[in-house]
Amino acid sequence: MTLYAAIFYVLASVILVSTGLAITRRNLVHAVVYLIISFFGSALLYYLFGAPLLAALEIIIYAGAIMVLFLFIIMMLRIDPSALRRPLLKEWLPAGALGLIYLAIALLVVSTDPASQTPLMTGLARPRVFGQFLFQKYWLSVEIISFLLLIVLIGSLYLGKAYARGADDRTEEKP
Amino acid sequence: MIVPYSHVLLFAGILFAMGVVCAVARRNLIMMLIGVEIMLNSAGLAFVAAALRWQQLEGQVFVLFIFAIAAAEVSLGLALIVYAYRRTGSLDPETYNILKW
Repeated sequence: MTLYAAIFYVLASVILVSTGLAITRRNLVHAVVYLIISFFGSALLYYLFGAPLLAALEIIIYAGAIMVLFLFIIMMLRIDPSALRRPLLKEWLPAGALGLIYLAIALLVVSTDPASQTPLMTGLARPRVFGQFLFQKYWLSVEIISFLLLIVLIGSLYLGKAYARGADDRTEEKP
Repeated sequence: MIVPYSHVLLFAGILFAMGVVCAVARRNLIMMLIGVEIMLNSAGLAFVAAALRWQQLEGQVFVLFIFAIAAAEVSLGLALIVYAYRRTGSLDPETYNILKW
């Protein structure tokens, strides 16, 4: 086992443990903080797989922007954790059993496939090469994605204003 | 020499399953969105490992698009959640039953 393999297994176990803790927390702030740890691990894995630009973007977008947005909303809404119902074991059991069957099959398939034993070679995609490739071959997709982001911006602005407008209408109806 | 690709795929699969569990089993709209985030992240990990496996940059380009999709999805989803919370005063998806009679 090389050093890279050891790094991968350590990172994978840290990510799995922190994600497992995140999805079982009742306090939403704790869940978000565990998830930030998990995303930092993912960023390190991106770096290990030779994508330094994506590693930086993972920290900036996922661990930075998205998780902070979640924190803002959680603090804005003032959710009472005791009001959230805990799911029953009876409802969990069938789904858990089916998931375990899938996991067993996946383990079987992976362990019996002969082509899966060749290890990944290390590589590196420099940000300059990556950017040139992106804007030469996929510039149209970048434009479409930016258009999508614009639409989402307009949509969330509309949703934010829609309630205020509805509240105004209701107060006018009252007298 | 890192690990075989199948190990990465298995790891991403387990992470994806955790996201599914979080999105399906938690009775909280915000936790459901977090589950979707976990799923998108695990898909990105599988993409980057595939880019390394076949030495093609397309995998990394698609991860960039996954980031953009995740940011769009989470901002619109949270706007919807805030709107729904103001209307009903609850984040439990079982309380959204106005159409039921």
